[in-house]
Amino acid sequence: MMLSENQSKELLRQYGVSIPEGRLAHTPDEAERLSKDITARKYVVKAQIEAGGRGLAGGIKFAATPSAVASAARALLNSTLVTDQTAAAGETVHSVYVEAAIDIAKNYYVAISFDPKSGQPMLLASAAGGVEFEQLTRMDETAVKVHLLDTAERASDKLGAFLKDVGIEDPQAIETVENTYTAFRENDLTLVEINPFVQTSDGKWMAVDAKVALDRNASFRRPEFDSMVSNTGLSPNEAEAQKHNINFVQLAGNIGVVTNGAGLGLATNDMITDAGGKPANFMDIRTTARSFDVARGVELLLSDPQVQVLLLNIHGGGMTAADTVAEGVNFAYSRAKRKLPVVAHLAGHNAEWGISILRDRNVPVEIFDTMSGAITRVVEIAGTGRAR
Amino acid sequence: MAIFVNSDTRVIVQGMTGRSGTFYTDQAARYAPCYVGGVRPGKGGSRHLDLPVFNSVKEAMTETGANASLVIVPAPHAGDAMIEAIEAGIGVVVCVTERIPQHDMSRVKAALQTSDTTLIGPNSQGILTPGQCKIGVMPTRLAMPGRIGIASRSASLTSEIVGQCTKAGLGQSTTVGIGGDTLHGLNFVDCLKRFRDDDDTDAVVLIGEIGGRDEEDAAAYLASVDYGKPVVALIVGRYAPRGRQMGHAGTLSVLGGRSAQDKIANMRDAGATIASNADDVVAAVKRAQGAT
Repeated sequence: MMLSENQSKELLRQYGVSIPEGRLAHTPDEAERLSKDITARKYVVKAQIEAGGRGLAGGIKFAATPSAVASAARALLNSTLVTDQTAAAGETVHSVYVEAAIDIAKNYYVAISFDPKSGQPMLLASAAGGVEFEQLTRMDETAVKVHLLDTAERASDKLGAFLKDVGIEDPQAIETVENTYTAFRENDLTLVEINPFVQTSDGKWMAVDAKVALDRNASFRRPEFDSMVSNTGLSPNEAEAQKHNINFVQLAGNIGVVTNGAGLGLATNDMITDAGGKPANFMDIRTTARSFDVARGVELLLSDPQVQVLLLNIHGGGMTAADTVAEGVNFAYSRAKRKLPVVAHLAGHNAEWGISILRDRNVPVEIFDTMSGAITRVVEIAGTGRAR
Repeated sequence: MAIFVNSDTRVIVQGMTGRSGTFYTDQAARYAPCYVGGVRPGKGGSRHLDLPVFNSVKEAMTETGANASLVIVPAPHAGDAMIEAIEAGIGVVVCVTERIPQHDMSRVKAALQTSDTTLIGPNSQGILTPGQCKIGVMPTRLAMPGRIGIASRSASLTSEIVGQCTKAGLGQSTTVGIGGDTLHGLNFVDCLKRFRDDDDTDAVVLIGEIGGRDEEDAAAYLASVDYGKPVVALIVGRYAPRGRQMGHAGTLSVLGGRSAQDKIANMRDAGATIASNADDVVAAVKRAQGAT
């Protein structure tokens, strides 16, 4: 769960990391008014989107006066930013963060995450921070240096030596990195990324942009997480599905996809796309979902005017038996006004039972023995595979 | 022989008395009689599913000779349960629990560094040697003893592939899920090494997906050895939008959470036969076996 830019910076500030003075605004007028509270010779207006890469996509604008802040905010708000990290449709800008512009002497990159191999926290650092950093690392992985951290590393010689290697020697900078690590450890973070980590022309160290990811899986011991991420990224459908033990990602097509398991969901969408169809969503019904949860997921698809047909690709196993999913589909259809055609491939635990539930309860379903068969048919019905 | 588990494996279940624990232990014990007991602190001395319950892993190992543990403990306590099993020195720990915090898994991986225990998972369907032993939650009806080894990251897709293999007469030596989480124990390279040394495995199917670097590491390993057995790779998520997490966890973008296309190219360059989609795996195995 990513925090927004201002939330990320506020969390780091509580651990003693310096950040530029800034305010969050939702309208050009608000941006202008709030900018007058900021002590600055010049301002930066930053589009608040979840994906990275906004700097290169025109999502960061400089402004000399509060009225210029208003026009920069006007240009950004409600616009759609397409960056190399968003989906093709881009992300709409609903708010801007207005900040004091910083006189930058040098940009660095600092991040803390877990090393998947060892499981140890790792510090990443580079002397090439800034808006083009991610593109740079895609071409040259050696641009970022990696250091595995001990569980209680503070002021250690090893950390200092590592940072010195990327050109960071100032004790104030090292202390900032240590404070960032403390924030990582004490808040169940899975990622802190400061880019750029800036040395100002008067020698101070600041997090000019920051990204913090909270571990959703730690919510049981972090009750504050729920309120912190009340409006990050997830579409209403995605958030609703999440409540019902379904991982859901909204896509742009017209084939509603009902699958269990992340891998099966990815495999299904690959096959639909290869066949010339367009999935409306990615779905992964988790093993903890009951029939009523599945029904809710199906209802989300039935109520989406873009969706023309449903593909049910279920492999029953463990606690997600195929009949559990079929019951869910049946619940949804018994309540829905819009009964879209369903094409289904059911296999695994209780597949036959699931098929008879769909047939007996008059769900408008066509059953196929293979995934390919079902997918060919669903693409045909959706009409995306051929001119119609 | 198969890999990691066979008919000689003696399994205990941590969390056996819970709702999920009861359900899955019952299923697994009916499939193969490998189960010798369960662990539930405070319920030691009782019986559940006609098996003895112990207060600790250590006690269960001493009393039953158990050499493997299935962890079906809710996420808040799953990390501690794994660490208990690792510190008790059990051979194999299989954790099926999903949504375990990364900071907990970091502690688990630290415990593994000083131990000989093999951790499979978490968020894994487990491991199955058909006809001999099941430690996990996967369906078994479509599995059949045979000579294809399968390693994967995703449960239901694996079951689908297992079903297709069985239908085509390709039985399985062992199927193993490394789990869908960023921080996990066993990885694809470990699986490939074991399958290579296993006399009961003729060919390996590796089912990977976007996110993480397990597939890249597997490709690098394959390129570095004369593997000697056909390897088929299916990598899914070719059209997943960048930057969105789809079910399983992704990774930091600067560390190169590689696209499915990159992973496919790596595996192909390393000599693996690529299955073009989930319905092409059986044909790909036959192509690969015909080619060697």
